[in-house]
Amino acid sequence: MNPRLAKAMINGLLIGTAIVALFPLLWMLSVSFMAPGEASSLPPPLLPAHPTMDNYRELFVHAGMGRYLLNSLAVSSVITALSLGFNLMAGYAFAKLRFAGRERLFQALIGALVIPAQVAMLPLFLLLKYIGLVNSYAGVIVPGMATVFGIFLVRQYARGIPDELLEAARIDGAGEWRIFGQIVLPLLKPIMVTLAIFSFLAAWNDFMWPLIVLTGQEHYTLPIGLASLAREHAQDSELMMAGSVITVLPVLALFLAMQRYYLEGLLLGSVKG
Amino acid sequence: MNRQHAAWLFLAPALLVLGVFFLLPVIAALALSLTDYDLYTLADIRNLRFVALGNYWALLQRPLFWSALGHTVYFVAVGVPLSMAASLGAALLLNSPLARAKPFFRTALFAPVVTTVVAVAVIWRYLFNTKYGMANFALGHLGIHPIDWLGDPHWAMPTIIAFAVWKNFGYNMIIFLAGLQAIPPDLYEAARIDGASPWRQFRHITLPMLAPTMLMVAILTVSGYFQLFAEPYVMTEGGPLQSTTSVLYLMYEEGFKWWNLGSASAVAFLLFIIMFAVTALMLRFSRRGGES
Repeated sequence: MNPRLAKAMINGLLIGTAIVALFPLLWMLSVSFMAPGEASSLPPPLLPAHPTMDNYRELFVHAGMGRYLLNSLAVSSVITALSLGFNLMAGYAFAKLRFAGRERLFQALIGALVIPAQVAMLPLFLLLKYIGLVNSYAGVIVPGMATVFGIFLVRQYARGIPDELLEAARIDGAGEWRIFGQIVLPLLKPIMVTLAIFSFLAAWNDFMWPLIVLTGQEHYTLPIGLASLAREHAQDSELMMAGSVITVLPVLALFLAMQRYYLEGLLLGSVKG
Repeated sequence: MNRQHAAWLFLAPALLVLGVFFLLPVIAALALSLTDYDLYTLADIRNLRFVALGNYWALLQRPLFWSALGHTVYFVAVGVPLSMAASLGAALLLNSPLARAKPFFRTALFAPVVTTVVAVAVIWRYLFNTKYGMANFALGHLGIHPIDWLGDPHWAMPTIIAFAVWKNFGYNMIIFLAGLQAIPPDLYEAARIDGASPWRQFRHITLPMLAPTMLMVAILTVSGYFQLFAEPYVMTEGGPLQSTTSVLYLMYEEGFKWWNLGSASAVAFLLFIIMFAVTALMLRFSRRGGES
């Protein structure tokens, strides 16, 4: 094939795919600024005739979207902070500390990855019901405080830390916690960023578990709030698109700002696994 | 401080969380699936009775379970190959030396992956609206009559599959792209000197070199697609005529709508067994394929 033609074809296909990938998102943004009912006309309008913020105002003033947004921010931040701490400690221990049964325990954890999370959800709900955590922020947070994936990711990365460095510190009389805090953590910074983004996105986008454990609106996270609005306001496409923008924009912005770390983590977590 | 001791202190928080909030519930789920735990038991635990494999037996005789399994298998069997083909196609395009503006395209194609399923499912519901949706409007120009995408039992699942492919293909695309970049360029060089066409290069170099990556991606994607839930919950509520009721959707309704927690646990376990069996089969077939 003529190289010029090949080049035009490949780039044309890329542009076409990019349009398919982005069109729904751009359409969402555009419709969110339309007046109520405007999107339900033929031909379907691409841009708002008179852009308005009314849908956003309606969502924040009457539909409790501000509350959901704060809930999502709080829940996702706490999950990220706690799981980051716990996964870093465990991943480092699996990589660098010697103890009896280390390999077997790690194998068992990896083996547990084949069990889908949903198997645990019914008894987990009962457990949280008996300890009084159903319909609370803690109920959403508690099962996400440590992840096998996170431990695995940290272990892979921490194995690159030279043993001599840790031994030298031990000979100098440093305790294990000081070694972790002053030597190991600074070296783990790149994987910390990666893991933090992963945890935050996963917590933000999580749907099934919060749907089960949150029974009252006051604790709803954005996806749950949006799904419940979608069932009530099925006809109000403009309002729902504004709700989708509020839900998607924070994670999309986070991804765009940090995508290098995110994509690196994706490869570290899958290809080498 | 003793070093063994320190190691266990480092492990304790994570292991405690995983043990109490994952391992313990999984074991409890197995026990629960052997009981008739329901709304009455929820009110008073003394109503609990051991039913052995009764829940499993009852499920296997329920048409709704089989139809939910059928819909899930349909979603996996059609969705996974389509999704992987889209990922591979996009990765090949991005990997081509002729492609321009690669970082932009990579980001653009990956963007749907990081979005929230619920939010983008809501968008698709409007794009595939029968009367005012863009999809039917565009097809109208080609002379195709409006299709009731999410309201017609024959079209609802294909629409959900199209949505899932759109949402997910970017993820595997990144993995394939890394796999493609790991193939030594001199292999292609040698093939070109021997006069191999691009198609034969793809068939005899790219595909075999990518096989291990493909297997891993296939296994991960299959187990992900078996867990279909949020899409039908938001787009169709399991309908129309239960044509998009997946196994997990059934588990959710059984457990948290009707409060039959015993029976719902049996559904969850059956799904787990099926996923496990499918994964084992895929590994075995690939091993046999690799030997021959």
